[in-house]
Amino acid sequence: MGKNTGGEAETVDQFLDSSLESVDSAENLVIEVAQKAGFEEEDLHKIGMSVRESMVNAVVHGNQYSAHKKVHVSVSKGPDRLTIVISDQGKGFDLDALPDPLADNNLLRNCGRGIFLIRAFMDDIQVRRLTPNGTEVTLTKYLVRK
Amino acid sequence: MSVKLSTRQVGDVSVVDVAGRITLGEGSSALRDSLRDMVTKGQKKILLNLAEVSYIDSSGIGELVSGFTTVANQGGQLKLLSLTKRVKDLLQITKLYTVFDVHDDEAAAIRNFK
Repeated sequence: MGKNTGGEAETVDQFLDSSLESVDSAENLVIEVAQKAGFEEEDLHKIGMSVRESMVNAVVHGNQYSAHKKVHVSVSKGPDRLTIVISDQGKGFDLDALPDPLADNNLLRNCGRGIFLIRAFMDDIQVRRLTPNGTEVTLTKYLVRK
Repeated sequence: MSVKLSTRQVGDVSVVDVAGRITLGEGSSALRDSLRDMVTKGQKKILLNLAEVSYIDSSGIGELVSGFTTVANQGGQLKLLSLTKRVKDLLQITKLYTVFDVHDDEAAAIRNFK
């Protein structure tokens, strides 16, 4: 695990196995950083769930549980935001090609809601293809100070 | 804690008390196995009590949908009871809240089965 703290900014990153245990680890790691950043209970739940959904995509669909592939998780705490970057070594996917889970003919599908929930819970999601292979997903949540 | 399921019979309705987390892996597969087992045994009136469900992810939502369609395809009914705010919010944003028959009162939910 790497840790770089400077002033208010802090970045923690980990390389995790392609397993469901890593999904829990990443969620716990990010929630810990988000808590320190000052996010409250409801936002912590939304952030944690978004990380879970993104990690499941990386482990299950990206790396397909491969023992030879890792998932890189990086979480950065800035003065006004939390940024999480999750990268896998899989074939990648096209964000715009994902079916709409709210469409009538998709409503009763038993999968395909992960990215939709991330979009609902986070302030921003960016997806980038990595070379030679892999997908990098960047999630951002802004801290609203009361 | 993952998920804990316990089933009790109220008349001809099987009430499944679900507690814990319904997430990809142990949680969602336990729910899937339990529902399939009940359908295989011919139970067609199933009430899922989600009052003690602390967390559900997209995989868990998928299992609820899958259970709903599996039971319906066998001519049965699956209803939901006592959603927590988080589960209710999730079903609302995924437009599934109106797909499921959701109740807050167990006795009323049981009476509602045909």
